Amino acid sequence: MLQTSTRTLQPLVSLAGVGVRRQGRWLVRGVEFSISPGEIVTLIGPNGSGKSTTAKTAIGVLKADEGRVERKAGLKVGYVPQKLAVDWTMPLTVDRLMTLTSPLKGAEIDSALEATGIRHLARAEVQHLSGGEFQRALLARAIARKPDLLVLDEPVQGVDFSGEIALYDLIKTIRNTTGCGILLISHDLHVVMAETDTVICLNGHVCCRGTPETVSQSPEYQRLFGARAGQTLAFYNHHHDNTHLPDGRVLHADGSITDDCRPDDGHHPVDILPDGGRAGPMRLGHVHGPNCGCGHEAPRGADSQERRDA
Amino acid sequence: MLDDFFMRALVAGVGLAVTAGPLGCFVVWRRMAYFGDTMAHSALLGVALSLLMNVNLLLSVFVVAATVSVLLLLLQKRGTLSTDALLGILSHATLAIGLVMVSFMTWVRIDLVGFLFGDILAVSRADVDLVWGGGILVTFAIIWMWRPLIASTVNPELAEAEGMQPEKTRLVFMLLMALVIAIAMKIVGILLITSLLIIPAATARRFSTSPEIMAVLASVVGALAVVGGLFGSLKFDTPSGPSIVVAALGLFILSLLTKPRTSGVAASEGGPA
Repeated sequence: MLQTSTRTLQPLVSLAGVGVRRQGRWLVRGVEFSISPGEIVTLIGPNGSGKSTTAKTAIGVLKADEGRVERKAGLKVGYVPQKLAVDWTMPLTVDRLMTLTSPLKGAEIDSALEATGIRHLARAEVQHLSGGEFQRALLARAIARKPDLLVLDEPVQGVDFSGEIALYDLIKTIRNTTGCGILLISHDLHVVMAETDTVICLNGHVCCRGTPETVSQSPEYQRLFGARAGQTLAFYNHHHDNTHLPDGRVLHADGSITDDCRPDDGHHPVDILPDGGRAGPMRLGHVHGPNCGCGHEAPRGADSQERRDA
Repeated sequence: MLDDFFMRALVAGVGLAVTAGPLGCFVVWRRMAYFGDTMAHSALLGVALSLLMNVNLLLSVFVVAATVSVLLLLLQKRGTLSTDALLGILSHATLAIGLVMVSFMTWVRIDLVGFLFGDILAVSRADVDLVWGGGILVTFAIIWMWRPLIASTVNPELAEAEGMQPEKTRLVFMLLMALVIAIAMKIVGILLITSLLIIPAATARRFSTSPEIMAVLASVVGALAVVGGLFGSLKFDTPSGPSIVVAALGLFILSLLTKPRTSGVAASEGGPA
């Protein structure tokens, strides 16, 4: 099934030079990526780095102030937002939550609840669920409608460790069986899943990108999250199993799929800078604003961010 | 049957309560109680404008209430003041302007108390038709938009991501509310309209297991309150509008005394799969 859907060359969604500005401040800028059917793209980055903003822009909830967002016509999205609080005054069972945006058959609801392991909670009110159970319910709701693109904004928040592994396994299974594209947001850096094809590290701009391995080893990433983050990530790397495609197309080192291989196609670890590698002697360096939280010193001059962005 | 003034009052009141039930649920779910109050208060400005320009009362009230809600949306987007403060300004400003305008128009004699607290016993045959006609329109609109309404109440971003238009839904919802306020003004009065939206919905919450059940139950509770209030008003010779609200409050208090429905699964926190 995966093979047939990845044959579609048109990406589900693609962003080119996207920036979103609120009250004169750029939340994110220069974001470029695309998601094809069967591909898992993970956005990581510290709090306030524009992960959710980027995801919302990709699915059209926010409008890009610059750049271009293209979505496949009739794209069906399944969305798990980062925050969702159901007012206690609304009586809403897990069952009813499933059909929030589209009608579903009883069997479709059951299998989604079964897959996320909360079938026994079908009749529970969502306000009574624990954080982890509620996340599973939201995930079940998003997958039950069989989307082309699944957008998961920190889907494992509040889920315990073994549950986390189970949910990531489930996400992988969903991708493998339905061939949908997945945009995953995580700040749990140590659990960036090995199944991810492309990791994009955001910090107001694209810091670095690549496979989980290349990103975890990139100095950029280690500066952003500290050297230990790379080690913990490595723990997951040995789970990483690069699948190869039977149809003869090129599978890049970062797991993305193209018809041919060019050095500048953005799938190579060298191509880490969003602006085409204009960052001076150190290939992986970028120029920071005064307090970008990267853990290393910003260059003098507060206009450095502007200079890079200009 | 509708020749009797009391019968007309009953039919009109029940019609209004049935319409207000589902709408009131959304007011409660979306935490828009104060918003509803603001729209209702602006109705007096509508009354004053209708008298001043000699236009249809219902139309004038509807237009003013709708304008106030759109104005609020625009002011919210500018984001300089909290919604709470904006509502406080709009609510009392429209009420005060309405009162001032009415006092200037010495050439008209209007029953201010009737507008503020309603005069359900004075509803005409035409009013009954209006309540039921408008009520059926509003109810059908709500049924037609039910799924997007619920979805955007739970989370507008989720609704939008999955192909709905929460902004449009919100706008239509506000127009429906303006319409119900225009219709309800004569029955329970400007100051009491929101209670007929909120109290039945709040009462229905404890007995509901789904939004749909809550919407229907709110209509039933509202209808009971109208019947109880009207008979009480007849028996004790009390003003009809406030009597209906008191009856609704009585039902709400009764609902608090009943044992809350325990959700069987809620207690068992399921472990991870």
